[in-house]
Amino acid sequence: MVSRIITGKMHVFGNNIDTDQIYPGQYLDVTDHKEMAKYCLQGASDKFAEEFQKGDIVVAGTNFGCGSSRENAAIALKVRGVGAVVAKSFGRIFYRNAYNLGLPLIICPRIDEIAGHGEELTIDMDRELAINNRTGKSVEIEPISEYAMKILNAGGIKALLNPKRS
Amino acid sequence: MHALEKILAHHAGLKEVKAGEIVNCKVDIAGINDLYPQTMYSFWEIGGEKVANPENVVIFLDHYAPPSTIKAAQTHAEFRQFAREQGIDKLMDVNAGVCHQVLADKGLVAPGKLIVITDSHTTTHGAFGAFGTGVGATDLACILKTGELWFRVPRVIKITLNGTLQPGVYAKDIILHVIGKVGADFAIYKGVEFAGTLIPQLSISERMALCNMTTEMGAKTSYIQPDEVTISYLKEKGVKEYNIFMTDPDYEYEEELTFDVSEIKPRVAAPFSVDNVYDIKDYLGTPVDQAFLGTCTGGRLEDIAVAAKILKGKKIHKNTRMLVVPASMETQMEAIRLGYMQDLLEAGCTFVTPGCAACLGTHEGLIAEGETCITSSSRNFPGRMGHKQGKIFLASPATVAASALHGVITDPTPYLK
Repeated sequence: MVSRIITGKMHVFGNNIDTDQIYPGQYLDVTDHKEMAKYCLQGASDKFAEEFQKGDIVVAGTNFGCGSSRENAAIALKVRGVGAVVAKSFGRIFYRNAYNLGLPLIICPRIDEIAGHGEELTIDMDRELAINNRTGKSVEIEPISEYAMKILNAGGIKALLNPKRS
Repeated sequence: MHALEKILAHHAGLKEVKAGEIVNCKVDIAGINDLYPQTMYSFWEIGGEKVANPENVVIFLDHYAPPSTIKAAQTHAEFRQFAREQGIDKLMDVNAGVCHQVLADKGLVAPGKLIVITDSHTTTHGAFGAFGTGVGATDLACILKTGELWFRVPRVIKITLNGTLQPGVYAKDIILHVIGKVGADFAIYKGVEFAGTLIPQLSISERMALCNMTTEMGAKTSYIQPDEVTISYLKEKGVKEYNIFMTDPDYEYEEELTFDVSEIKPRVAAPFSVDNVYDIKDYLGTPVDQAFLGTCTGGRLEDIAVAAKILKGKKIHKNTRMLVVPASMETQMEAIRLGYMQDLLEAGCTFVTPGCAACLGTHEGLIAEGETCITSSSRNFPGRMGHKQGKIFLASPATVAASALHGVITDPTPYLK
């Protein structure tokens, strides 16, 4: 079962962070997942690689993960250790890819009201809230669909379809 | 129900489906491209041994055609072996071209089909009245294992395009105009249908450009109701089996928008997002280092033809290089037969192997720091075609050719009256 409460330091990005920025095209021939993780968000930020710590949360505006279908983008975030991505909306192929890998994506239309780079965020799936732990201010998150939750709880679609594997 | 819903219902074995419902559908065409060997790895990881319907699977070696790195060459070798072992006959090797154009050329697309490819621009197939949608590698692996995939039935937005295009204005200008108005996230999770008096005037090629770019407003799929233009294309390609679905008159669209296209002038999308759209007059005279004509968005025969019309007997500007990438081998052979290739080579253009080429920043024509490229492709994200500080302007094939001629962003209209 996936934890119903996720807490981590925020890395804040803007709108339309496409999968080219999450995983630049020049590394698309890489097949090793650990190596993919090194390039995570390289096209969007020069600082992310050094500032990021395992379990941190990526926060963004609208349409995060738009563009190319490259699963490498979701793999890089997952293997890098991103705890969750919270955004106002997500590109649909990226959304499926992330859930298939067991990476929680949280839709939060008012996240910009509480986003603060480097501050701690708590996502509470039971109370359907995102909370900035410094200011105490909270905003609503959209519930995760039953189907997506089933995939997440299994640890991704691969474990769901092939339980012998894990 | 909408025709798109009827296609999903048909493939799910259901009489009716409702928007928001999750349904399991049999897939007619499952396409894998060479960026995603992860599809094979995921197939094995989910316990796949034998591909469920190898006759429905198409492998495209298009994004790295021909391979420019040893890793990409290795991936191609793995795909060829996979195809042999799994009895997948439809392996489109490095000479074939971009997946979407290859499917159209070979008559593998038809109204009513459910087409799923590991490529975001699979929305292109709405031009034929098919349900086309892009997925990632692991979703495609699920299709390989079971022949099916789950879909959430999308709500549908109707975009009505009325009027007649002015000379020098193309479907690419219209779709850029629309995306500029509605934004890059307008249609996330939704289907986009095009209708209106413009549609019967558009060729299949232009319809493909429209539907292709719905991905850039976030759409899951797109749709144009098949008509005489569609039927005559199918006849030409020898396609006999198809299933035309009609939207019920009482279907309620999520949203309906209407545009008068008669007044629209050539458009450009300026860096760094596809919805950053302007009238070309706002950027006239901007120096261009590279002009790029190609891809599943703007590399079809008509696109090459208009470039040849503008550049025949002339020379492109000395400060500008122009890459021409036919979308497919068939496109390339026709471009040779009709003399366009000769015209463009004489004008100083560089021809590149049919495929995706520089569009996604992997190889064959990347741009350097500070350079500007004008392109008939689909995306101008930071770093999309090379260096992060490179600037990409999206435009019609005609605008690309006219800009190469003058070395600066140029309105193609005077050449096309």
